[in-house]
Amino acid sequence: MKDLLTIADLGKDGIDEIMVTADAMAEVSARPIPKVPALRGKTVASMFFEDSTRTRTSFETAAKRLSADVLNFSASSSSVNKGESLRDTVETIEAMGVDAIIVRHRSSGAPRQVAQWAKASVLNAGDGWHAHPTQALLDAYTIRDEGRDFDGLNVAIVGDISHSRVARSNIEAFSTLGANVTLVAPPTLLPPHVEALEASVSHSLDAVLPETDVLYLLRMQHERMDQALVPSLHEYHRSFGLTPDRAKQLPASALIMHPGPMNRGIEISPEVIDDSRVRVLNQVANGVTVRMAVLYLVVGSNSGGGAL
Amino acid sequence: MVDADLRRTRAVAFGRSGLSRFVPQTTVLNADDVARALKRMAHEIVEANSGLDDVIIIGLERGGVPIAQAIATALEQIEDRTVEFGTIDISFYRDDISTSPVLPEVTKMPYSVTEKHVVLCDDVLFTGRTVRSALDAVTDFGRPKSIQLAVMVDRGHRELPIRPDYVGKNLPTSRSESVRVSLDGVELGVTEAIEAGTRKDDL
Repeated sequence: MKDLLTIADLGKDGIDEIMVTADAMAEVSARPIPKVPALRGKTVASMFFEDSTRTRTSFETAAKRLSADVLNFSASSSSVNKGESLRDTVETIEAMGVDAIIVRHRSSGAPRQVAQWAKASVLNAGDGWHAHPTQALLDAYTIRDEGRDFDGLNVAIVGDISHSRVARSNIEAFSTLGANVTLVAPPTLLPPHVEALEASVSHSLDAVLPETDVLYLLRMQHERMDQALVPSLHEYHRSFGLTPDRAKQLPASALIMHPGPMNRGIEISPEVIDDSRVRVLNQVANGVTVRMAVLYLVVGSNSGGGAL
Repeated sequence: MVDADLRRTRAVAFGRSGLSRFVPQTTVLNADDVARALKRMAHEIVEANSGLDDVIIIGLERGGVPIAQAIATALEQIEDRTVEFGTIDISFYRDDISTSPVLPEVTKMPYSVTEKHVVLCDDVLFTGRTVRSALDAVTDFGRPKSIQLAVMVDRGHRELPIRPDYVGKNLPTSRSESVRVSLDGVELGVTEAIEAGTRKDDL
């Protein structure tokens, strides 16, 4: 598999292989010197046409732990501002001799377009409202790492499903692994053809909570307020936020997850952030581990058959 | 999860080569022969190191691990004491990950190797490239006093200046043959492709 663009491309075999490889990467990450020469001599370019701190630093840390060289490109300080096209930018970067390109772009489908132009492996680090496969993989790994069996696991994804690439990739990943996914949101924050997704829908968080094994809260993006999709953030918090009262309705064994950055007081009350069921920092740590696995497998399987 | 099964297979979604199968032709050693050889190697390890002080046994994933466990068990019986034991996967240290996309095992190194006599254990010594990778991997865990090498079968065809310290069986082979080692015996045979485009696992 040359590229990682969506969870659907991976299928269950691909997800499982990444999980198994990530176990070995977790051991590497736990060493006093967390670095192995697996991708020595390989160059990984990170091309972020949209702002990101955690995904970008996570990928860079992962590449460095595998001894790859990292070439940094940010759209704000590049010739994109001079009107250079995406294709020209990609071809310029590739001409410098890169083995993998990590792409984040505000347009859905941009990474797939880049993958068609480039011989290097392309990893989707988030495109528009479309997909964010490494986020879904690190979330699946975090749940698996807790010893949970996906078969029949009840996962509730709460929030702005409509504009969320995280939601879309996570629905694909969790349902592929055998979990029951429930989307919890007001009708205004659900996508038009929600019935086409492998998930059931509820408009009441309170109804769903007692049966939930994994509560996955999405970031409520402030910019949505301008579009009047929810009456107010306070109103959203009252209906769909994880308050201390709601946290009590959630089973003691449940996990609380969030892709970050968290809006305290909107998706989650400040009092609940320190709840022992919250796995947000595990998600961040596992992000590096899982991205190491992805880079290793994708770049390894795209090497031209000769010596690495 | 199907991890247990997956761990025994090559990468499928991320694999570059097709699957292959070992076809046995000659039995070289039976299970009793293997057990005797392992016991002799254990005695040699005790003798060479004047006991087991500062000795740590490390198996190379995957074929070397059962060999290492058997040697460690024999050592514990001989000297009536416990022996430090670890396993290393050398996937991340290979010079050719693309030719053999095996899913990595989790390295388990609960002990430091600094100031220890490390005995690396593997099933078959062939080109020596796995051992070269293993030397890099071990030294990532510290600075051993010495590193020694125990292999069940030395089949020749070295491509690097590496030699074993303890050998179960010297087995002259041709490059086209394959050797399969387990605690049940040693067999000589050939590896044939199940699907087109398969490459032989040389290391």
